[in-house]
Amino acid sequence: MNAHDREMAKKVVLDPLVDNNPITLQILGICSALAVTTTLAASLLMCLALTTVVMFSNASISMIRNHVPSSIRIIVQMTIIASLVIVVDQLLKAFAYDIAKTLSVFVGLIITNCIVLGRAEAFAMKNPPMISLLDGLGNGLGYSVILILVGATRELFGSGTLLGYTVMTSVNDGGMYYTNGLMLLPPSAFFIIGLMIWGIRSWKTAQVEKAEYEIRQSHHSEVI
Amino acid sequence: MEVYLSLFVKSVFIENLALSFFLGMCTFLAVSKQIGTAIGLGAAVILVQAITVPANNLIFQYLLNDGALAWLGLPDVDLSFLGLICYIGVIAAMVQILEMVLDKYFPALYNALGVFLPLITVNCAILGGSLFMVERDYNLSESVVYGVGSGAGWALAITALAGIREKLKYSDVPDGLQGLGITFITVGLMSLGFMAFSGIQL
Repeated sequence: MNAHDREMAKKVVLDPLVDNNPITLQILGICSALAVTTTLAASLLMCLALTTVVMFSNASISMIRNHVPSSIRIIVQMTIIASLVIVVDQLLKAFAYDIAKTLSVFVGLIITNCIVLGRAEAFAMKNPPMISLLDGLGNGLGYSVILILVGATRELFGSGTLLGYTVMTSVNDGGMYYTNGLMLLPPSAFFIIGLMIWGIRSWKTAQVEKAEYEIRQSHHSEVI
Repeated sequence: MEVYLSLFVKSVFIENLALSFFLGMCTFLAVSKQIGTAIGLGAAVILVQAITVPANNLIFQYLLNDGALAWLGLPDVDLSFLGLICYIGVIAAMVQILEMVLDKYFPALYNALGVFLPLITVNCAILGGSLFMVERDYNLSESVVYGVGSGAGWALAITALAGIREKLKYSDVPDGLQGLGITFITVGLMSLGFMAFSGIQL
């Protein structure tokens, strides 16, 4: 690997973390980001599953990219992704059965997670396997950052625990913390990601979307 | 009869695919800027959901489930691990067939649905519907009702969101929240509203 390759690899892995995050900027893979984040443990497992799938799907799709006619490429990609997800699903059922049960259908839904297909189309079809693997890793990590933050927030404020360990003792157990039940319900995930997007875009102002309508102060002479 | 009615109401309102299971979010957020297109996509989802959930139900019951191959003389075979790849294959094929049938016999409808039909293959609401059907052990008639109901719920949610966004674009939103951010907050409020249905027992 020469210096240029190393530079490129670094960029491919680090870019999706904040600057080009799959969830907050590309609007990909949101379904599972919202659904599995009630506890940190479930979020971590989901991140692991998705990162593995996207890395290997990128690598294998990139390996066959020159042999697949473009008219049937989507179905080929789907088959590869579905097979990988089946492997991950079976592994989870074998080694982490309890958490896999709480993820219910969402492991299967990695197949239709737009990050996986999106990266396959946008990156793996045009680049060699090694760099595609790294791109998968980067995007998997970008997804994981958001998922872990949301999962940690929801578990901490919703039940006062992190990974099942008590951080803030709740009132029911004789402590001081009143648990916030809303955090465990679906709407809170939308609010947290919305606010997170606000935070990231206030920091990285280049990501701000343009308003469709400019609102301007009207001068009082116009009104009359 | 009441069972089916209650299942229908439950799948439309209480267990709304978009607002309480977050399925189909990518399309939900991307294609909800205008009411017209939202209705078109919603109709396409209802149609595909109503076909694929029962189709996958038959495949699960007669081919994949534990002991389902007894009619072939293979009562010990359990192929349920092949589920995911079969369901996505069925969905992709159904969407393709539907596209061809509509193109041949109902060109007006085909043109109205336009680009949305192929998009539906990768909509997780469709695969999610089939997976929930398997997880909850619905039989064939229940799965027809569930397919139509969950599709209708998704269509309702996306149409409502498009209605809100059409008005929302005239409002003064802080810079960082513009676009995607405020849409998330709006959907959160809608989801909060739909939670009011969760107390309903039929």
